[in-house]
Amino acid sequence: MTQKEALTEYLLRLADSDMILGQRLCELCGKAPALEEEMALMNVALDLVGQARNWYEYAAELIDDGRDADKLAFRRDAHDYRNLLLTEQPNEDYAVTMGRQFFYDAWHYFTLKSLVNASDERVAGIAAKALKEVTYHLRRSSEWVKRLGDGTEESHRRMQDAVDILWRFTGELITPDETDRLMAEAGIGPDPEQLKEDWRGLVKEVLQEATLTPQPDDAWMYLGGKRGEHTEHLGFILAEMQFLQRAYPDATTW
Amino acid sequence: MPQHGDTDPRSAVDKLIASDRVPADARTDQLTEADIWAILDEVKDPEVPAVSVVELGIVRAVHWDGKELSVDVTPTYSGCPATELIEELIEEALRAAGFRNPRIKQVLTPAWTTDWITDEGREKLRAFGIAPPQGSASKRSLLGESEVITCPHCGSTHTERVSEFGSTACKALYRCKDCLEPFDYFKCI
Repeated sequence: MTQKEALTEYLLRLADSDMILGQRLCELCGKAPALEEEMALMNVALDLVGQARNWYEYAAELIDDGRDADKLAFRRDAHDYRNLLLTEQPNEDYAVTMGRQFFYDAWHYFTLKSLVNASDERVAGIAAKALKEVTYHLRRSSEWVKRLGDGTEESHRRMQDAVDILWRFTGELITPDETDRLMAEAGIGPDPEQLKEDWRGLVKEVLQEATLTPQPDDAWMYLGGKRGEHTEHLGFILAEMQFLQRAYPDATTW
Repeated sequence: MPQHGDTDPRSAVDKLIASDRVPADARTDQLTEADIWAILDEVKDPEVPAVSVVELGIVRAVHWDGKELSVDVTPTYSGCPATELIEELIEEALRAAGFRNPRIKQVLTPAWTTDWITDEGREKLRAFGIAPPQGSASKRSLLGESEVITCPHCGSTHTERVSEFGSTACKALYRCKDCLEPFDYFKCI
């Protein structure tokens, strides 16, 4: 794998993860538990889709086969998608929605914090913008995990269930593969060991404050999203998300 | 993310009127950079029409050599849905002023910060009913819990946050405990 191939792959992972989580959050439009929560969720989704677009645009330039950001987002199939498995998991109850968000935000925050110093200026610029937004996301989702975890008996039970359900998808966030290693060596991606330490440190701190129990670090983990092996959920997300662009390919106005 | 086709989006009537105008060069070659900034200062933010794109710090630079004009703009948030509209409004204003082919260039670096909102812009936000960003966009204000936000209606500092996010990504929702009015707060980033 050349460095350019690795960078393209890495950009698609960032873009796809943002895009799919953004799409998941948008499913709550019109049916979030409270008006304020709905506004917040949609704003977070908007940030993520905007960031995805910035990453897709850069990836499209590197791929250079005539496809633009829209085509990368709306005309690739599930096996071409490189998003983290965590991001495609269903919303379920609000504890799961917020738990998923917190695990992702923690990973996203430390990843972007490192990408800000990337040797690739374009990556550093997009990351610097995204980091400001994601700092807010992380602050909000960690507050929710604490509030639900250290709340009523019912909210605690649900939040603990959410942690237990989602834990098996978190290993992928901090398990590096060849692409991750190449990016770290190129001075672009985060050092995998540092990322793992930072993510685990923050997650444990927040869960502890939330009176929640994490599962063991060596629990069995699902991996594969980063290489296009997805859970059954992604196909359904894409079917809805890509319908218009598939039904009316190359339409110039909607 | 719809894309425009290659066809000229202006109607035939627009083109006819444009052709009747004074030749663009004759009207613009005397203009200075300060004149161009003044033209841009007339372009209002579509979501907060009280302030201009210059006052918000969205226009980053103007490059003008008497013939070619290019304007650097930066989005406030990665996903701000007004970004494209703002670019179109800027281009429209420049064309109306006689510039034939103004170039609008989007720049991401350095990332937009609320620190770039001018003092005048902040005052206009407050008069519009939006509490302007308070303090500088240091990490402390991004993560800080104890910001004191002043009510734009009555000036009380006795306020509480209702939601981290308000009507747009750039705002949070607050409520004044004295005059009881809800208000938007322009978040520090």
